[in-house]
Amino acid sequence: MNENVMTAGRMSKTGAWLHYFANPGRFLRFVRPALPWAAAVSIALTVLGIVWGYAFAPADWEQGDAARIMYVHVPAAWVAMSGYAMLAGVSFFSIVWRHPLADLAAEEIGPVGAGFTFVCLVSGALWGKPMWGAYWVWDARLTSVLVLFFLYLGHIALIRAFDNPAHGHRAAAILALVGAINLPIIVFSVQWWNTLHQGNTISISGGARIYVTMLYPLLISTLGFYLSFLTLVCARMCAAIMERRTRTLLVAAAERAA
Amino acid sequence: MRGPKKRRLYLVLAVGLCLSAAVGLSLAAFSSTLTFFFSPREVMAKHPAPGMSFRLGGIVQVGTVKTVIDAGTPVTSFRVTDGQASIPVVYSGLLPDLFREGQGIVAIGAMNGGGQFAADEVLAKHGSSYMPKDVEESLKNAGKWNPAYGPAPAASEWNTMQVKGSGS
Repeated sequence: MNENVMTAGRMSKTGAWLHYFANPGRFLRFVRPALPWAAAVSIALTVLGIVWGYAFAPADWEQGDAARIMYVHVPAAWVAMSGYAMLAGVSFFSIVWRHPLADLAAEEIGPVGAGFTFVCLVSGALWGKPMWGAYWVWDARLTSVLVLFFLYLGHIALIRAFDNPAHGHRAAAILALVGAINLPIIVFSVQWWNTLHQGNTISISGGARIYVTMLYPLLISTLGFYLSFLTLVCARMCAAIMERRTRTLLVAAAERAA
Repeated sequence: MRGPKKRRLYLVLAVGLCLSAAVGLSLAAFSSTLTFFFSPREVMAKHPAPGMSFRLGGIVQVGTVKTVIDAGTPVTSFRVTDGQASIPVVYSGLLPDLFREGQGIVAIGAMNGGGQFAADEVLAKHGSSYMPKDVEESLKNAGKWNPAYGPAPAASEWNTMQVKGSGS
């Protein structure tokens, strides 16, 4: 009772509500039951979007069937960038407020984000060869996305590189925040510089230059990719929390036996 | 929020601000090197020495593409334009499927002695407008858009926009 009053009192202060939800036990209780549902919906949406895009959407007037790679390439690119924005966000919370859950999230976002960035790079290369005539060119958009991939890899390595995990979390959070400067560079690279990569088809200010029969499967596939990303990250976080608990129990049992 | 948290917050914000300024300034300083290609107008202004390799980008000028077969390889000559200047290009070899008049391309090579750009490689740049063939044709027939003159207007305007000129 006393404790509840104290918690409620602290809740009014800035950031206190975040402390309330940034508790590994509470996270596990809220998220774990939702995981199977989230996984089922994300697989269904991704399959629907891709099958629609590849089998039913019309071919493009200019690029023909090769343009269908966009139903994988574009969602992967968006998720890769949003994933890094999330990584930078949790790193910010980790540095300023030292949330244990933020460190845990940073550790688990890295590999998933790197995976999506890899899908984006490979699908882009497979698209570039038939259309541009080259798998890879060093233009500003492609290079900045490659830098994003290396930032993810560096973060994955750095956060696990220290004997004391707290040191790893601190160093990796700084890397993630510094690397966030790359995100606006990726987004605006096609406007600031001449690139071989096309300009934006869909922009918030300029609307979309894509026909609805191609836009719908693209949006559904995007939704599927985003949900898959979140589900994978949450599943990894739950597994990491359980792993930590198991280790604590094993250590306690060993101490009792000794 | 007080004490060390507030200090850390301000520290992170200050470092972020300095870092953004530093990166922004260096990008502005290197902007010409970060550009993947130069337009004909920029090339005309700079007069690159013959033999100096660079990338030339622009639109294949309508009505300038000529292909002759020389000893089994097609040799194509055309002009690349940005609407303000144009440069003659020669290329021997197979062109990408998307190469056609009015198409954006990037050619890698150097100026030869005769004032022509001798390309070692030609890459096709595709547009950022996606639509089925029949929609493209009806937009073109209605005079609402010609692919040779830039990207299509936003899809939301396709039904409501005014017809500009007579198109074809």
